[in-house]
Amino acid sequence: MLSRQLDQARSIRVDWRQYMVYIGFIMVFLFFAVVLRDVGFTTTNNLLNIVRQTAIIATMAVAMTFVIAAGQIDLSVGAIAGLSSVTAALAIDRFGPVVGVLAGLLTGLVVGGINGLLVTRLVIPSFLVTLGMMGVAHGLADWMTASAAVPIRNDAYNNLFGSGNLGPVPSLLIWVALVTAVGYVVLRKTAYGRQVLATGGNEPAARFSGVDTRMIGFLVLTVSGVVAALAGMLYAGRLQTGRYQLGEGDELSVIAAVVLGGTSLFGGAGSVVGSVLGALLIGVVNNGLILMGLEASQQEIIRGGIIIVAVALARRR
Amino acid sequence: MDPPAVRMTNITKSFGGIAVLHGVDFELAQGEIHALIGGNGAGKSTLMKILEGVYTADSGEIAVAGQPVQIRSTKDALALGIGMIFQEFSLIPTLTVAQNIFLTREPRNGIGLIDDREAERRARALFAEMEEAVDPRARLGDLSTGYWQLTEIAKALAQEARILIMDEPTSSLTATESQALFGLIRKLKARGISIIYISHRMEEIFEIADRITVLRDGRRIVTEAIRDSTMDRVIEQIVGQRMERAFLWQERRVDREVAPLLEVHRLSAGNVVRDMTFNLYPGEILGIAGLMGSGRTELARALFGIDRITGGGIVIRGRQVEIHNPQDAIAAGISLVPEDRRFQGLVLDHTVRDNLLLPLLQRLRQRGLIDDAKGNRLTEEFVRSLRIKTDSIFKQVRLLSGGNQQKVVIGKWLATEPEILIMDEPTAGVDIHAKTEILAVIRQLADSGKGVIVISSEPAELLAVSDRLLIMQGGGLKREMGRHEIATEEDLHHAVQAA
Repeated sequence: MLSRQLDQARSIRVDWRQYMVYIGFIMVFLFFAVVLRDVGFTTTNNLLNIVRQTAIIATMAVAMTFVIAAGQIDLSVGAIAGLSSVTAALAIDRFGPVVGVLAGLLTGLVVGGINGLLVTRLVIPSFLVTLGMMGVAHGLADWMTASAAVPIRNDAYNNLFGSGNLGPVPSLLIWVALVTAVGYVVLRKTAYGRQVLATGGNEPAARFSGVDTRMIGFLVLTVSGVVAALAGMLYAGRLQTGRYQLGEGDELSVIAAVVLGGTSLFGGAGSVVGSVLGALLIGVVNNGLILMGLEASQQEIIRGGIIIVAVALARRR
Repeated sequence: MDPPAVRMTNITKSFGGIAVLHGVDFELAQGEIHALIGGNGAGKSTLMKILEGVYTADSGEIAVAGQPVQIRSTKDALALGIGMIFQEFSLIPTLTVAQNIFLTREPRNGIGLIDDREAERRARALFAEMEEAVDPRARLGDLSTGYWQLTEIAKALAQEARILIMDEPTSSLTATESQALFGLIRKLKARGISIIYISHRMEEIFEIADRITVLRDGRRIVTEAIRDSTMDRVIEQIVGQRMERAFLWQERRVDREVAPLLEVHRLSAGNVVRDMTFNLYPGEILGIAGLMGSGRTELARALFGIDRITGGGIVIRGRQVEIHNPQDAIAAGISLVPEDRRFQGLVLDHTVRDNLLLPLLQRLRQRGLIDDAKGNRLTEEFVRSLRIKTDSIFKQVRLLSGGNQQKVVIGKWLATEPEILIMDEPTAGVDIHAKTEILAVIRQLADSGKGVIVISSEPAELLAVSDRLLIMQGGGLKREMGRHEIATEEDLHHAVQAA
């Protein structure tokens, strides 16, 4: 019948768009591989470098996928990462690495939890709550450290979070793989994941179906806080320092990665693998542009343009 | 005699090689109200979209007021005086009534800026002509849907429309608002405006229309004066050969000596439901009738944990239950097929399977993960047993017809195996074929010993399935009637209307 014909046309198009990030990634990668073959773009070293630079954004993008798929947004991830790097560094200095890790994660749990409570109990839009929280967390981290960096001298911590390698594999890569795998399974294969998508797709319908949509909103923001804290600790481990500026501005890269990956900004659809690939795409572009010898200002312009074009192409109609 | 306002001759239209209109003729006389009806997929929206310039016909002629015309865009249609009153209103809630009416055609002042005063003045004149009291300066979002409709109509009239196409105009109106709308339609008719009226609601059509055209499978079945037709006949014309037995009441045995399945005692909830008391017995279908605003829907929402219960008690199988949210209701064995399937029933962008399984996710868990194979099997089962027309369980629900969408909503709640199923307007906006199938499902469910509560604005539907009827008014019970006490739809109408 008619509807069937029209649908097939449409579903084919949707499929193609869903794979936009994969196609884009391959095309950009091939482009740089050819253009920059003499400058060592494809060397293992450079590729691992890209992964290192991208891993932290990718980690946050996994949690942000859930936030956006549920119809919310979290602008405070970068600031939470900075704050957690500071609390972790301070706690390691005083009480050792175990307490330090717990302090870092607890920071994310508390800030993310407050975000979640404000959004779901006081019914303030997450855009505003997390915009405010971005300032609060950033200011707090600055104040606690009097704008100074807090060095971390614990080698075990630094190796585990970001600096070290497991054989030839950077620990950062292991972290990001772990977070991605968990995120993928949770979104695709658990009741929670389906409920997140349903809540973002149509909140009243989800509520009428017995989904505790307020709990879903609370959980996605809380988890986003915890994962942002992990990201902050990875920054701290990689730079062997906690610093309030770490993660500053990351929220934009994270959101761009998620949207590039095919997650709908209106909620209801999301792809964890897409988000990670989106982050990687941004990383490849950054790296390639540096190797091409472009100035920072030029890089910024091209990066912005690529994001707009890619999102326009991947946009679901 | 005047030439007809619109004459469409031998219109054909195919999409991707599949013909949806096979040489349809349609004629709208000057100043007539012409009902266009047919099941979903009969071709009425395609035909109207051709007239509105959304689609162009593959072949056939269109004449407006006797002049052959080409309609290539909605702009062309507007220029010919064809105005549409959209089913889903095309209005902007944050603007005022006047700003909406003149959107994109705002009157300008001397230096080219928008002249809101002038727009308001003209809007006021329009409403005066319509003999309706609407404040052009009111923000649309603050007004009820009845006013939205009036604004839509004023907007069409402001564009000098002589032909109005109304698609299910009463679907979001209260009964009183609908009556007011009919009054307005008659006034417009008296001014020589011709109206094409699309509706699933037979009673309305017989109340308002002069003539009726029935389409089926892309062909015109009949055009005749409404006074020459009867509801039974029209139903037969819509469905085809098959006589409609589903609307006949089939008497069922309900044992009311046993303990009730559900006892609602002096329930108050939200802003509307007050002191509502009733019982529901196993195997019983309880119909709830009442005017809009009588608290029918609110009662359903309260029982399902959407609206807050402020007083009274709910007892299921002799056990007092506390219902604070839908999760509690589902745990207590109550499910609700909500009033508005697009807004409350379905996640339209998600697949048939994901929608159907949404209330069941907890039960499909195996070591924390969803058992997809089991979920797919279950979905296939329901698609088969409810005869949901879809080529795959992975098809987006938005691509299904209204009737099939509703079956997905019903399937999703049947799958939870409720003891008590509440259905609020279960067949609204659904074609007659799907309607009969849904009524059959309701009967089957009750036959298996479950309790079903059916809330409906269509007397024919209530009389077809209910074993007992409650009539609500002002949030409480006004009258309880056995099915035997009601002979005809008119009786039920009178019972509902009686103050």
